[in-house]
Amino acid sequence: MAEFIDLVLLAMLAMLALTALRIIFLKDLFAVVMLFGIYSFLSALIFLNLDAVDVAFTEASVGAGISTVLMLVTLAMTGRKEKQSTHSSLLPLFVVLVTGAALIYGTLDMPPFGHPDNPVHQHVAPRYIEESPKEVGLPNMVTSVLASYRGFDTLGETVVVFSAVIGVLSLLGVRRKKKKDLESGLETHRVLHVVAKNIIPLVILFALYVQFHGDFGPGGGFQAGVIAAAAFILYALVLGLPKAFAVVGPRFLQWMAAAGVLLYASVGLYSMYKGGQFLDYNQLAADPIAGQHYGIIIIELGVGITVFAVMLNIFYAFGSQAERSNVQ
Amino acid sequence: MSFILDYYNYWIVVFLMMAGFYIVISANNLVKKIVGLNIFQTSVFMLYISMGKVTGGTAPIVAEGVTQYSNPLPHVLILTAIVVGVATTAVGLALVVRIKRAYGTVEENEFDNKDDVI
Repeated sequence: MAEFIDLVLLAMLAMLALTALRIIFLKDLFAVVMLFGIYSFLSALIFLNLDAVDVAFTEASVGAGISTVLMLVTLAMTGRKEKQSTHSSLLPLFVVLVTGAALIYGTLDMPPFGHPDNPVHQHVAPRYIEESPKEVGLPNMVTSVLASYRGFDTLGETVVVFSAVIGVLSLLGVRRKKKKDLESGLETHRVLHVVAKNIIPLVILFALYVQFHGDFGPGGGFQAGVIAAAAFILYALVLGLPKAFAVVGPRFLQWMAAAGVLLYASVGLYSMYKGGQFLDYNQLAADPIAGQHYGIIIIELGVGITVFAVMLNIFYAFGSQAERSNVQ
Repeated sequence: MSFILDYYNYWIVVFLMMAGFYIVISANNLVKKIVGLNIFQTSVFMLYISMGKVTGGTAPIVAEGVTQYSNPLPHVLILTAIVVGVATTAVGLALVVRIKRAYGTVEENEFDNKDDVI
């Protein structure tokens, strides 16, 4: 059985390499983006095979969902054919081959794959694996490390995601449409309407499950935010942006994105007020383990709110640009 | 055979990284360059997750009767990196859209004589 799983992993890695190779030579960008979606799904499967269930979850929802949609919307504005380059491709090929050869030479010094004695497993990982179920009291070690041990790092990443939406909005901006009669969404596709309306509540329910079950199984704020945003993006794609704006407006999403980050940071400030250090959840309740649980649930909620609002607002910005360029 | 199995993951990582690198420096279209950057990025994710794997281990979620877990730390680093990655990709695509609007093209070799077009 172990050999069979090894073979599956080897085959999937080879398929990943082939997909990347095909992307290099394709000139049709629509096909490139579709292949990139396949590439993301394959990497999610490989992550699953390498025991990284939380990462696989994130890659499947982000790579195959959000980034494919964003690239397709961009293609709608920039055109789907790549033109022939006038430069020779020999110099890039030479640079890549030399760099690749040097890196392959470098991998020979790496410790062998999967060995339990590798240096990477010696330093902090044993502490996380042995102590985190007692210190934090959660079965999912990834959530413990993400939200508690490395909580400050995760706050930084949430701020990066928040600043990305500031960047996109200052570059593109979300415009509400003035002409009411403009065609938007896929009004004439009844099948899509019926299917989407049935699926969307289930997707949102699943996002909530992922949000609040992340302490015990794979999942958490990052994945839940992306999944919930995907549900609203589906709604906007099928019914058109104006109807999606009526449900959650772009202005409201800007407030939400900021509120998530502030919720996260305020947990840190509150723990300082209680006499601990920044993001020291032990101070949040009389019992340290209960304090850890409160802290993690609240900061995961903050992460989920911010990621949801940022992803959806980025889609709104791209979507309203695409509709505008269609009008012109 | 065991020599190949020990390093196979890393070689694939290097291949993917170089494929992404090649797309970034040789592609003519800016959207394709961003796809290349994403492939490069995924190869780094693959490197980290490969290093975190322990043969015979299981996903780092506490379960009865399991003694060997894979390393949770690379998972945490990469999980957040994926979400940050899509956010920065969005900024890159937004720049592409603005370039299209200002220059009328996203093909690298067509920018040449349009320096002051805005």
